Parts: sequence; structure tokens; C-alpha cells
Amino acid sequence: MLKSIRNALLGATLIGTAFASQAYAETTLNALFMAQAAYSEADVRAMTEAFTKTNPEVKVNLEFVPYEGLHDKTVLAQGSGGGYDVVLFDVIWPAEYASNKVLVDVTDRITDEMNKGILPGAWTTVEYDGKRYGMPWILDTKYLFYSKEILEKAGIKEPPKTWDELAEQAKTIKEKGLLQTPIAWSWSQAEAAICDYTTLVSAYGGKFLDSGKPAFTTGGGLEALNYMVTSYTSGLTNPNSKEFLEEDVRKVFQNGEAAFALNWTYMYNLANDPKESKVAGKVGVVPAPGVAGKSEVSAVNGSMGLGITATSKHPEEAWKYIVHMTSQETQNAYAKLSLPIWASSYEDPNVTKGQEELIAAAKHGLAAMYPRPTTPKYQELSTALQQAIQEALLGQASPEDALKTAAENSGL
Amino acid sequence: MSGTWISTRAWLLMLPLLVVMVSVIGWPLVDTVRLSFTDAELVGTEGSFVGIANYEKMLAGSNFQKALVTTTWFAVVSVAAEMVLGVLAALLLNQQFRGRTALRALMILPWALPTVVNATLWRLIYNPEYGALNAALTQLGLIDNYRSWLGEPGSALTALIIADCWKNFPLVALIALAALQAVPRDITAAAHVDGAGPFNRFRFVIMPYLAGPLLVALVLRTIEAFKVFDIIWVMTRGGPANSTRTLSILVYQEAFSFQRAGSGASLALIVTLLVTILAAGYAALLRRAAGAS
Repeated sequence: MLKSIRNALLGATLIGTAFASQAYAETTLNALFMAQAAYSEADVRAMTEAFTKTNPEVKVNLEFVPYEGLHDKTVLAQGSGGGYDVVLFDVIWPAEYASNKVLVDVTDRITDEMNKGILPGAWTTVEYDGKRYGMPWILDTKYLFYSKEILEKAGIKEPPKTWDELAEQAKTIKEKGLLQTPIAWSWSQAEAAICDYTTLVSAYGGKFLDSGKPAFTTGGGLEALNYMVTSYTSGLTNPNSKEFLEEDVRKVFQNGEAAFALNWTYMYNLANDPKESKVAGKVGVVPAPGVAGKSEVSAVNGSMGLGITATSKHPEEAWKYIVHMTSQETQNAYAKLSLPIWASSYEDPNVTKGQEELIAAAKHGLAAMYPRPTTPKYQELSTALQQAIQEALLGQASPEDALKTAAENSGL
Repeated sequence: MSGTWISTRAWLLMLPLLVVMVSVIGWPLVDTVRLSFTDAELVGTEGSFVGIANYEKMLAGSNFQKALVTTTWFAVVSVAAEMVLGVLAALLLNQQFRGRTALRALMILPWALPTVVNATLWRLIYNPEYGALNAALTQLGLIDNYRSWLGEPGSALTALIIADCWKNFPLVALIALAALQAVPRDITAAAHVDGAGPFNRFRFVIMPYLAGPLLVALVLRTIEAFKVFDIIWVMTRGGPANSTRTLSILVYQEAFSFQRAGSGASLALIVTLLVTILAAGYAALLRRAAGAS
């Protein structure tokens, strides 16, 4: 019954497209992107236009959703028989997408030039179980941004090297009456909170999973949450952080209401833009700090990739489009928003000009990128951890108990 | 003979509609019921028959119980407030005064706005750093410092209820206003002459006209409030610490985020059953009200 309906519909669409293709003789690709951070919607449209100029036979329909809706929209489209040819995916999804055949394996399409030219760390974004499911496109990690002006007023010479130093410096700023709550984070009940937590887990040398079972209830995983809770309860952290997403953090920082903020690459050039920001020209950026005796710096792998869906009828054109979007030329042209995946770009003055500080931080940060757990059950684990972080911050449970509950609810 | 012909013809005339109804409502419903007894995943496995395991797991989980309490509280409080506000607004708009037409048009606006727009708007109002609510309350001296309305379990659900009321009370007001327009002026005037006060006039003269339509509004709003999803998803995504996670959000997470189509379907059917019971209860009330009048 259902099959016959589906076939009838499919037949109707095929007849429709047959007529359409006779008229235009072109392929239409549907691509799904996100509407925030890194490249803006306008940038993606401009990049795509450059592609269709050189490939007039291909038309690309772009759709943008907020990050929070990206995963579910991709999966839903898949569940209902496709719709997209190219999708943007986060570093945490290849495991699930590969297991459920959402993305196609593109290992064989990758050329030697790509293999040699792209940063080794960037490839981890698209890999699962030894295979590659797309091309890295947005190379990203969270950095520690700081206000040079506020640090100067507080008599602080150097930005913090360790998380404990960060707490001390924030305390100094608070005591001198410069800011009531110097640190801003994105701890809303969302993936954003997990990115901040992961950064700390990597600093404390913690582990999410040990042979497939939750291992964050002790050691680094617990110390990371303890740090968050202490920072929150001691008033060094802006209490509104528990409902902030990245954009909220950016607004607070740009209004000069935070001395320190953890955020992605994209904030650097926006916070330095006088039209956008009150602190333009006074923004400092360093890798997220480390922990004495455990780590020099810390970083979460927040990169994203572009892949071809298993339901795509035009994998060749889709790959061509992905190659264009991830090419060194395109990446260099938009390097102010997201740093290139190509190693040699970092020596290119056109790329580094005006963002030398960010590039310097990136060299350490990108090299230290720590992955969130690669498991097909990631969404469940993440949801459980988000809840644990919020409960611990709100004092509804001790960090130990909150993490134990998360381990029980992680589905692993 | 002619009777059967007429009924056959009636069925024939209804056939197209029946086909459409069965294919767009009946079939998905049947398929959902089938799914709920399997361990199917959204993509990948077709799943195999697991009996009532999904139902047992869902009903026993603390998530379900907590979400049920949250949903019930949300529905009861928001619907009660919407009914009271709606009737008051209708009584006001039923008076003769200048600018009444403009005010009526203005009142429909929140209800006409898409929920996502409404939710985004309220998120701005509640913003902890530069929201209008914090500014207003601080200037009035009601709070000392800015609060994180959507970030505290104590206030997040209330904040959502207010946003939901603002959007939906106009519907109740519209229905009540239509009913009020049907009240003959001479009856209220006569009651006035007989010395009935405003409360008694409302209670004994106007209320009989209002009761039926208000019950309809109550049914509509309760069912909708019980299924609430979008306004919460946009404003808090169920946070902080799951204090605003309603049943619909639980269904969504189970079926789509975690991709367990089987247990998601069973949860969806449990919610459907609860709403059906509510609707049936109301329908009985409606019949009694109709019989009484």
C-alpha cells in the first residue's frame, strides 16, 4: 500500500523532472547549511554563486537552519526518503551517520593533493572507523578571548595560562570593581555547554568513554564539572551563562561586560569590528588554558564537514560542489570567518594579515583539538550530560551524582 | 428502496473524502500503532516485534512522570489564565467606546503571529542582559538586579506560561466576544431596570449565552496546551535542567534526536490517549451543557 503510493508519487516527480530537465538540461542540488557562526548565510550564497558560475549546468538550492536543528533535519529528511544531496555535519555525527547510512563513504574520491595539503587534525572531523564521510569545511575550536583593556586596568600583564590562573585573574578583576561577573560561557541546555565542558575535560586529562563505557564520572570528567560549578557559585562567572548560547556570549563580550569568554573562531573578527562591537581593537585571543602538570592548552574539536547523502541522485555533482566549497581558494577568501583547512594557508600573508594573534592561538589550539566521544549514541549521551551540567550548576545535585545519573541515562 | 438508494448515493458522494481521510490520517495512525510494538530505529533497522516492552519502559521512566507533571501544570495554569483574560477582554471590547474597532484588530495580532516569532519575541523580553522585562521591573523597583528568567527552574515554566497566554488568550476573547454579541440588549437592559448588579447580570443573564462557546474554547485550548511543543522548543529547548520538558518534547527527543522510532511511537500514542480522554471528558460536559440549556 505505502510502497505503491510512494512509487506513484515518485513516478509523478520523475515525469515532472523529466519535463523540467528537457527544458533546462541541468541538475539541481539541494544543500543544507546552518544559519550561524563561522560562514554567514550571505557568505555561503556567495561561495555557491562562484560555483554555479563555473558550472552553469548545476543549480544549487540552499537551505539554512539553526545549528540546533541541523542534526534532526538531516535525519528526518533521510527517514522520509531523502531531499538533500549535500549536508553540513558536525564532528560528533559521523559515527551515527555512518552506522545508519546517512552519508556515503567518500574515501576513494579523496585525492593525494587533498591528503597531503589538508591538516591531519582536520581529517578527524569526517572520519569514523577508518573511513571518510565527507570533507572538512569549517575548522574550529574554542579559544579564550579576553579584553585587553580590562586586564590592563586590573594590572594583569599576561592572559592566563592555566584555568586556575583564569579564576585568580577574574577574582582580581571582580575585587577591583571592574566587573561583577568577569567570565562568560555558553552553558545553556544545548550542545554548546558540552563544547565548554569538553574543553575543560581535555585540560584535566579526562576521558569520556573507556572501552565504550562512560568514564567521565571520575578523574578529569569530574574535575571539569567541579571547575564549572566553582566558577559559577563563586560569582566569577556570569550567572546568565546557564541560558547563553554562543551568540549571547558574543553580545555580552562585545558590550564590554565580560573580561573573559570562551568562544569559536568567528567571534574574533566580529568583536574587532567597530560597527558591531564596543571593544573593537581591544580583543585578545589565546588558546584555552591548560592545567598545571596535565596540559599546556586545551581545545575541543568543533569542526564541521560537508558530505553527500546516501539518498542523493547526483553524487558526482554533489562531490564537485563540495570540492569547490572546501578548495584552498574558497577557504582563503573567507579566512576572516573560519580558518582554512589547508596547512600552507597559514604561511600565506593574505590569510594571516590582520589576524596574526588569532593565527598564533590557532597553531596551538588546533593542534590540541580534543574529540567529543565518537559513538552512534552520541545525541543521547550529550543530552544526558547537558542535563548533568545544568543540575550541578543549579545545585540540584552534586557534580558526582549528576555525572553518575548522566552515565546511567547515556544509553551506553 | 429509495431509502437505500439515497444512503448509497450519500456514501458515494462521501467516498473521495473518506479515501483522503483514511490515507492521510488513518494509515499513519495504524502505522504508528504498528511501530510502537517494534524496536525500529528511525533510519537503518526495520525493527522486530517486542510486544509492550516500549510502553513499559516509557511509563516506568522518571522522565515520563516528570514531563507529565510539567505538561499538566503548563496546561492547567495557562488555559485557566487564558479563559479569564479572554472573557475579561471580550467584556471590555463589547462596550461602546471610541477606538473599539482598532483595539479589536490589535488584540488579534498576538494570535495571528507565528508561534516561532512569538517565542523569539518573548526570548528577547526575558533576556537576562538587556531584556525589557528586567529593565521595567528594575525601574519600578520590584527587583534589585537583573534575573535570568529562562535560566532558573523556578521561573522558566512560569515565563513560558505567560508567553503562551499572551499568544492564545485572543482566541478565547474572540469566541467569547462572538457569544456576547448574541446577547439581546433588551434583556440586559431589563435586568438593569430590575436592579441586578453587574455581577448578577453577568452571572444570570450573560453567562447562559457564554457557557457553550466557552466550553468549546476550553476544549480547544486544553488539547493544544497539552500538546505544546514549538514555543518551548524555541525558548528553552526543555531546559534549564529539563524543568520545562513537556511530553511533546520527550516524544520528539525519543523519536528524532535519539532515533528510536519504536519507543517514540509508543510515547506519542500514550500522549494521544491522554488527550483523547481529556477530549472525551469535555465532550460529555458539552453534551450536559447542551441538555441543560
